[in-house]
Amino acid sequence: MADTASRERPVIDLDRAVIRFAGDSGDGMQLTGDRFTTSSALLGNDLSTLPDFPAEIRAPAGTLAGVSAFQVHISDHDIVTPGDHPNVLVAMNPAALKANIADLAERGTVIVNSDAFDERALAKAGYHDTNPLTDGSLHAYTVYEVPMTSLTLEATKPSGTKPRDAERSKNFFALGLISWLYTRPLEPTLAWIQERFGKTPMVAEANTLAFKAGWNFGETAELFPSHYEVKPAKSLPKGTYTNISGNTAMAWGLVAAGQLAKLPLFLGSYPITPASDILHELSKHKNFGVRTMQAEDEIAGIGAALGASYAGSLGITTTSGPGLDLKTETIGLAVSLELPLLIIDIQRGGPSTGLPTKTEQADLLQALYGRHGEAPVPVVAAATPGDCFYAAIEAARIALKYRTPVIVLSDGYLANGAEPWRIPDISDLPDISVPFATEPNHVGDDGGEEFWPYLRDPETLARPWAIPGTTGLMHRIGGLEKSDGGGAVSYDPANHDLMSRLRVAKVAGIAADIPPVEVDDPDGADVLLLGWGSTYGAIVAGVRRIRAQGRKVAHAHLRHLNPLPPNLGEVVRSYRRVVVPEMNLGQLVKVIRSEYLVDAKGLDKMRGKPFRAEEIEQAVLELFLNRS
Amino acid sequence: MTEVATAPATTKKDWASDQEVRWCPGCGDYSILTAVQMLMPELGVRREDTVFVSGIGCSSRFPYYMNTYGIHSIHGRAPALATGIAVARPDLHVWVITGDGDALSIGGNHLLHALRRNVNLTIILFNNQIYGLTKGQYSPTSEAGKVTKSTPFGSLDHPYNPVSLALGAEASFVARTHDMDRKHMMEMFRRAYEHKGTALVEVYQNCNVFNNAAFEEITSKEARPRMLIPLEHGRAIRFGEDAEKGVVVEDGMARVVAVADVGPDRLLVHDEHREDPSLAFALSRLASGPHSPTPIGVFRDVERADYGTLVDQQLVAAVERKGPGDLASLLTSGSTWTVS
Repeated sequence: MADTASRERPVIDLDRAVIRFAGDSGDGMQLTGDRFTTSSALLGNDLSTLPDFPAEIRAPAGTLAGVSAFQVHISDHDIVTPGDHPNVLVAMNPAALKANIADLAERGTVIVNSDAFDERALAKAGYHDTNPLTDGSLHAYTVYEVPMTSLTLEATKPSGTKPRDAERSKNFFALGLISWLYTRPLEPTLAWIQERFGKTPMVAEANTLAFKAGWNFGETAELFPSHYEVKPAKSLPKGTYTNISGNTAMAWGLVAAGQLAKLPLFLGSYPITPASDILHELSKHKNFGVRTMQAEDEIAGIGAALGASYAGSLGITTTSGPGLDLKTETIGLAVSLELPLLIIDIQRGGPSTGLPTKTEQADLLQALYGRHGEAPVPVVAAATPGDCFYAAIEAARIALKYRTPVIVLSDGYLANGAEPWRIPDISDLPDISVPFATEPNHVGDDGGEEFWPYLRDPETLARPWAIPGTTGLMHRIGGLEKSDGGGAVSYDPANHDLMSRLRVAKVAGIAADIPPVEVDDPDGADVLLLGWGSTYGAIVAGVRRIRAQGRKVAHAHLRHLNPLPPNLGEVVRSYRRVVVPEMNLGQLVKVIRSEYLVDAKGLDKMRGKPFRAEEIEQAVLELFLNRS
Repeated sequence: MTEVATAPATTKKDWASDQEVRWCPGCGDYSILTAVQMLMPELGVRREDTVFVSGIGCSSRFPYYMNTYGIHSIHGRAPALATGIAVARPDLHVWVITGDGDALSIGGNHLLHALRRNVNLTIILFNNQIYGLTKGQYSPTSEAGKVTKSTPFGSLDHPYNPVSLALGAEASFVARTHDMDRKHMMEMFRRAYEHKGTALVEVYQNCNVFNNAAFEEITSKEARPRMLIPLEHGRAIRFGEDAEKGVVVEDGMARVVAVADVGPDRLLVHDEHREDPSLAFALSRLASGPHSPTPIGVFRDVERADYGTLVDQQLVAAVERKGPGDLASLLTSGSTWTVS
């Protein structure tokens, strides 16, 4: 038990801290990181997280390939990234140390589970005939060796758990220790353990004992000279917050879209990393009239969603790159049928199976152009985990108003990453409902009333949405070219030319219905950083750093990738240099160059991880240096 | 909203759209279209509550000719789109029009899963054992050795038997008919329509351009008594000019016998409602192609909850358990804190 003296160890105030938990994929590091994040969120910190795990559920234990990590950045002020370099690395075994040590901040702290550093484990991690704990290679860091396994086994004895099972509680020991180190409250985690493991009291007891033991170890062992406090973030806008991941925000945004459109949702989806959590989340909310169907394949998922849209639901499909490939033909059908449909693409490393659990932004050109024929599709991208909520609503607004499939781009980083999200006032959300057609809209040659399924709204160019069950509006539509207005099958060359142009004009016209891109440029810079999607946080943080050095730089971020905001040409032409950071090999930059004849330059990264702020900073500083 | 009592009386003409039918003259598709258009007024269903969904192929032009709602979709995907329609709107009557290439080759997976889920769909599978729209390649139901443009030395693939396939997927309703017998087609379509769940009707359909007379040996008026084995619920399975032949089951296999040899008591009495599909499957194996006596009629008709109804039951149960969805409550359902 803690004695008074140890309690008096100094508490040092930090404005921010970056902690990375790393271990074997079976060590429960994601859970540990997630719990630490939740405690920090409840404390009122601003935060951002970066889970990073292998595609294998259990890669070979103790190997570099099997290392799973979770990084969390906590702060007393507004932050936008999970942090470039951890201040503290918790390494549960030698492989976790080896895989992560290069990222640690200068003079950073390493806390290792010293029980795991035996010869065999060291060799498995590639430390042959050497031990980083004794060979001096960690001399630049403060290293704390904590025998977490044995302390956990000792602490959990009263629970009666067998040693092999008790050992599995060591992540709770680590969580307790780091919770003490950063003065996190105990109660939320203790309550959560009861809730999560209540059905198996022995496990709940072991985890509780291990968690408390970790905390008490920090307090009593006098290993640590001090501990830290990161105070609540005061600079955040007023409001009620919750910690939210991108996939949850996306799912909630879709539920909200259904409510705002006054339409039932239909999700047709096939499980795929990293999109499956949206299917899981939506499947919980059947009381909102949400129908979810785990389809037999990606094609059936979107096919059923399109069928549901035809029948008057808001059809949705969720996927990642390989699934987007498979859905392509049906997206083309949706373009031709001119029906609302949402395709949510949670991008991951490609091509092919690629890097299923790693992030990337390389589906942009596919989203924009990846269909045969002239098949324009509006594309909307989310910038942060919480922003996925609004991206979903905006995509639904466009899909419904213009009767078109819309692709929403998120990615693995946004999907699994989390941030505090200010919960919106429902009354501030837009009404996105549209009317169904109820009456004939044309008088035929014989003077009789007819329904023309392709008679367009003169303003939006959207066709009427007449759902089955509506008397007098029976009509047939299909993937064959249709005559303008009447919608009968037509092979007429002039009609095909006209219809192709009308479909393009309809989507292009959405530009008048989206906000102009805003440029953050307080100082009158001549370099513009133009981003889209999840690079938002890294670019904002990079820009702050550059400005802190007295340099000028502007930032604009795109929500709409098709059509582009109406003022974008003017904006990019007004800067001497335009730099486009992307987690691909230069996709948006191609679009900017071809659309506006501007000599924009790409800043590319393909490492399965988000940009670091310092990478943005350095790239822009190099530009300045090259100029002088 | 779709009950029989409220549907106004219609005629065949009311169900025909204004589009000119563009199948080859003499195509078996015409007689199927006529059978459906003649049946619809008898069903007492409203046109606006009826949706025809198709994929790609000659048969898939069908929806254009029906004065109902309809989608001519993409190759093989009709069951997927139709599933979305039927699940989102259980009040509608959804028909799927497909062919042997569309349903069994490119769309095989969707067909199997529609049958497995028991989505409330009426599927009419036009089997002409050839690819017509692409001008004459062999199909998954073509007999092995078929010489076509893509198989000048004969096809090597073993063909599917669509009825066996559907029974293997435990389809709750499976029937077979042919395009030369309108009365039988209408009866099979009616039964399929009345079935709650996925109903599959295979129609032997003649492609007079690329695979003419493929079914002639069994469907010509002259051949029918000898070559078609009518399946009638509750009756011993017999056929032949003088009903001199019958079907018995031995060692789990169905076999054609001379009634005189075994006596009428040993003949199999057909039971459409038999829960286990094995016996129906055995019947489907009596003929491996339209060259030997082939069963027609309803192979299987069993009750099983349909997918759309089950989905709706879950929605109702969720509202009963949690109350109707409230967006503000959802957004605050996690741990929250306030910044003031």
